[in-house]
Amino acid sequence: MYLVQFLLLSAVLFCIGVYGVLVRRNAVLVLMSIELILNAVNINLVAFGAFNRDVGAAIPGEVFALFIIAVAAAEVGVGLAMVLTIYRNRKSIDLHQVDLLKG
Amino acid sequence: MMPAVLAAVVAQNVFFYLIASIMVYAALRVVTSSNIVHAALYLVVVLAGVAAQFLLLGAEFVGITQVLVYIGAVVVLFLFGIMLTRAKVGSEDNLDHDNRWPAILTAVMLVLVMAYAVIDFAGDSEIAVLDQSETTVQQVSDAIFSTYIVAFEAISVLLLAALIGAIVVARKE
Repeated sequence: MYLVQFLLLSAVLFCIGVYGVLVRRNAVLVLMSIELILNAVNINLVAFGAFNRDVGAAIPGEVFALFIIAVAAAEVGVGLAMVLTIYRNRKSIDLHQVDLLKG
Repeated sequence: MMPAVLAAVVAQNVFFYLIASIMVYAALRVVTSSNIVHAALYLVVVLAGVAAQFLLLGAEFVGITQVLVYIGAVVVLFLFGIMLTRAKVGSEDNLDHDNRWPAILTAVMLVLVMAYAVIDFAGDSEIAVLDQSETTVQQVSDAIFSTYIVAFEAISVLLLAALIGAIVVARKE
């Protein structure tokens, strides 16, 4: 296996996630796209770790990926709580309608 | 190259491209599906594919954690969020912006730049075939609880803060 396979897969997933963040109007779908981006980063970390296994980088790569999984779980929890609050106050999670800061 | 090692490399490549194509298709469905529940279920496919890639890379602990945390917890949280924020089940037509060409342009340009940089940087770097007898679980736990103990404690506090924060934010007045 070549390192570039994993990096290209990760780049494609990342950009699909960016497209989702830019184009979706539903807040839950935007959070899902952010999960795609975080997973792309994780593939990169583990692939670089496996590539540099002979200099002892495999373990730090895996540990960093685990930390990112934990942070992503925390982020989803808080993000969905915020989405719920927005829904409760405005009866909609359409991001076009969350424009209180617009003059 | 030894025949056994060659067979392992061929099998790894076959499975990589199989899983990668499924993942890319499912990821595209996540961002284009007009049914929000279907998008969440396609997200499961992508996350399982990521776990499979971790296994291919010899990171079995991360792969299993991926299945437990993402597929077990995060997707369920998403489904709860979907159910709590909308009663409607079925496809909808207003999930996307009306004007999607700037987003397509941004994503395509980004993937082109990243693909060029990645191929230029790691064009023919090969990942060594893993010795099947060695597992990394013990080394990962050793590293977490010695070298990265401060980061581990910080993550614990972060999770606690996120838990309390989520309850406080989502609580009814």
